[in-house]
Amino acid sequence: MYLLTFIVKRLLWLVPSVFGIIVITFVISHVIPADPVRLAAGDTATPEQVAALREELGFDRPLVVQLWYYVQNLVQGDLGESLFTGRPVVEDLLGRLPATIELTLVAMIFSIVVGIPLGVVSALRRNSLLDHVVRIVTVSGLAIASFWLGIMLQLAFAMHFDWLPLGGRFDGFPPPTVTGFLLIDTLIDGDWEGFGNAFSHLLLPALTLAFPALATIVRFTRAGVLDVIQSPYVLHERAMGFPPSVIVWKYVLRNALVATVTQIGLLFGILLAGAVVIEAVFDWPGLGYYAVNSIVMSDYNAVLGFTVWAGVIYMLVNLAVDVVLVLIDPRRSAA
Amino acid sequence: MPPLLSVAGLRVGFDTDAGRAQVLDGVNLEIGRGEVVGLVGESGCGKTTLARSILGILPRPPAVIESGRIDLDGTDLLTLPARAMNDAIRGRRITYIPQDPLGSLNPVFRVGTQIMELMKWKSPDGKARRGRWPGLFTPYPHKRRRADRARVLEALRAVQIPDPEAALRKYPHQFSGGQRQRLVIAMALLTEPRLIIADEPTTALDVTIQAQILALLRRLVKERGISVLFTTHDLGTAYELCDRIVVMYAGQEVESAPIDRFFAHPAHPYTRRLLESLPRPDGSVREIPGEIPGLVHPPGGCRFHPRCPNAGSECGEHRPPVDMPEAGHALRCYHPDPMEPPR
Repeated sequence: MYLLTFIVKRLLWLVPSVFGIIVITFVISHVIPADPVRLAAGDTATPEQVAALREELGFDRPLVVQLWYYVQNLVQGDLGESLFTGRPVVEDLLGRLPATIELTLVAMIFSIVVGIPLGVVSALRRNSLLDHVVRIVTVSGLAIASFWLGIMLQLAFAMHFDWLPLGGRFDGFPPPTVTGFLLIDTLIDGDWEGFGNAFSHLLLPALTLAFPALATIVRFTRAGVLDVIQSPYVLHERAMGFPPSVIVWKYVLRNALVATVTQIGLLFGILLAGAVVIEAVFDWPGLGYYAVNSIVMSDYNAVLGFTVWAGVIYMLVNLAVDVVLVLIDPRRSAA
Repeated sequence: MPPLLSVAGLRVGFDTDAGRAQVLDGVNLEIGRGEVVGLVGESGCGKTTLARSILGILPRPPAVIESGRIDLDGTDLLTLPARAMNDAIRGRRITYIPQDPLGSLNPVFRVGTQIMELMKWKSPDGKARRGRWPGLFTPYPHKRRRADRARVLEALRAVQIPDPEAALRKYPHQFSGGQRQRLVIAMALLTEPRLIIADEPTTALDVTIQAQILALLRRLVKERGISVLFTTHDLGTAYELCDRIVVMYAGQEVESAPIDRFFAHPAHPYTRRLLESLPRPDGSVREIPGEIPGLVHPPGGCRFHPRCPNAGSECGEHRPPVDMPEAGHALRCYHPDPMEPPR
C-alpha cells in the first residue's frame, strides 16, 4: 500500500520534471546560432521563400508562444514533424526505440550479471591478484573514452580477425516484427541463424557500452561488500556458524546492493548518453544515431523529441530503482 | 568431572604496523558445566579477543594464535578444521550473544528469516554436517522446518517477546533495543548449546532493562544447565549474573574467585584497585594511578607491576605462578594484599 502511494506520488512529480527538461532544451536549441529554417528550405531558396517557411513553421513568433504550442501538442502526443525526414517525430522515435532499448538492456544486463559477482569476489579477496586485475580493468573502464574503445574493437575483431561485423544491426531481411527486439523476434520466428546474425551485430556495441557501466558496478559492489562485512550483524552470523556462502551471497550481498542499485539508476542515463556516441560508431539504427543526425541537421523538433523521450525514460528507470531499493531495504519505507 | 571449557596458555598476537601486539599472554580459563563465568577487565584487556578465540572467529591475519589449547569437552578447538568448527561447534555447541543488540540483526531481512536460517543449519534435530549442496541451494526439509518453527515460537515466548507469530514477520528496526536483545538471546538458546559466549551483551541498554534481561538470561541458562562466559567491564552487571569472576589485565588473567569471595576477599592488587575504582555513593571515583601498558612492548612478568604498589623486583621478571589461597580461588601474584573486604 505504501509502495503504491509512493509510485503515484513519484509519477506526479514526473510532470514538472519533464516540463523543466522541455524548457531547458527548448531554450538551448533556439538560442544556438544555427538557423533550422534556412537549412530546411535548402540552398536555393530565396529570402522570401525562407520567410514564408519561417511563418508556416511558427518560428517568427515569440519563444514563449512557440513553447506554449509545443507543450500543447506534446500533451496530445504530438512532438511535431521532423524538418528533415518530414515524418512525425513520434513515429521516427518509436521506430528506432527498440534498437536502442535492445542495445542498452543487453549492455546493462551484461554489466550487472558480470559486475556484481566480480565486485563481491574482489572484496572477499582484497589485494589478491584477482582484485588487482579487476581494479586495473575498472579504472580503464572509467578512463577510456567509449568511442575510442569501440573503434579499437572494430579494428581488432571486425577488420583484423574478421570475426564480427563492423556495424549495422542485421544482414539481409530482418524477421517479422513482433517485439522489435531482433534477439527475441528471430527466436519467435524459429530462425537460429538469424539469432546468431543479430547477436554477432550486437556483441561489439553492447560490450563497448557495457564497459564503463561494468566498471562502476564492480566498484560500488566491492565497496558495499567491504563495508557490510565489518558490520556487527555479519559478526553475529559468523559467530553463530552460518555457512560462509550463505552469509556472503544472501545476507551480505543484499545489504551491499543498496549502493549498487542506486548507481544502476544513474548508469542508465550514462548508457543512454553513451548510446548516442556508440550507435554512431557502429552504425546502429537506434535513437542515439537519430539524435546525432538531428543535431547535425539542426532538426530541432527531432532533437527536442529525443531529449524529452530520454528524460522520461531516465526518470522512469530511476523511479523503478527507488521501488527496488524499498524492496531491498525495508527501512526506507518508514522514511 | 573435567570442566566444560578449558583454555590453557593461550597466546594471541595481532600484527600491527608498529609490530606484533601481544594481546593474550598465556591466558588460562576454565568454565564448569552450568557455570556462569564473568570475564572482567578494562577495555582493551583482551576480553573480546579471548571470546572470539573460543568461537574461532578471530580475523587471521592480523591475529595470530601462537600457542595454547582451547578444549571443549575434550575436543581441541584450535586444531579442528575450519569447516568442522563452523558446522559442528559454532551455533551448535557454542553460541554467541553479541555486544550491540541494535546492530546485530541483519536490517534487511525479516527476523523470522534470520532465525529460521539459524535453525536450518543448527537445529538440534538437524545434522551437524553440511551436505554436498552449496549453502544457498540446500533444501530445508518441510517436516523439520515445521518442528523448528514451533521451537522458535516457544523460545520467543521464553524470552518474553509478545506475539511471537507477528514478531517473526517484522524487521529488526521495528523492535526496541531491549526486544532485539531478547531476540538474540532467544537465538543463542534455540540450538541447545553447551556454552554461550556473551560479549558485553547489555552495554547498549539502559539500566532497568539491563537488569531485567540479565535476570531473565540467568534464569534461562540455569534452567537449561548451559554454561556462560560473560565478558564485561562492569563489575555491577557481573555481580548480578555470574557464579564466578575472572579478572584480566592487559592480556593476562590475574585472579579468579567465586562471586561472594571475590567481592569479600579480593587479593590481587589490581582486583582491589578495580573494586575501589567503582563510583562511591558520594559520586567520587578513585582512579588507578598509571596507564594501561601498550601491548607491542608490554612490561615483562606481571603486566600490572609498573602500576602496582606492592611490586618487587621479581614481579617484572617472571609471571607469578598460580596460587590457590582457598579452593576455587586462583591468584597470580607474588605480593597479594591482605584478603580483607576493600575500602
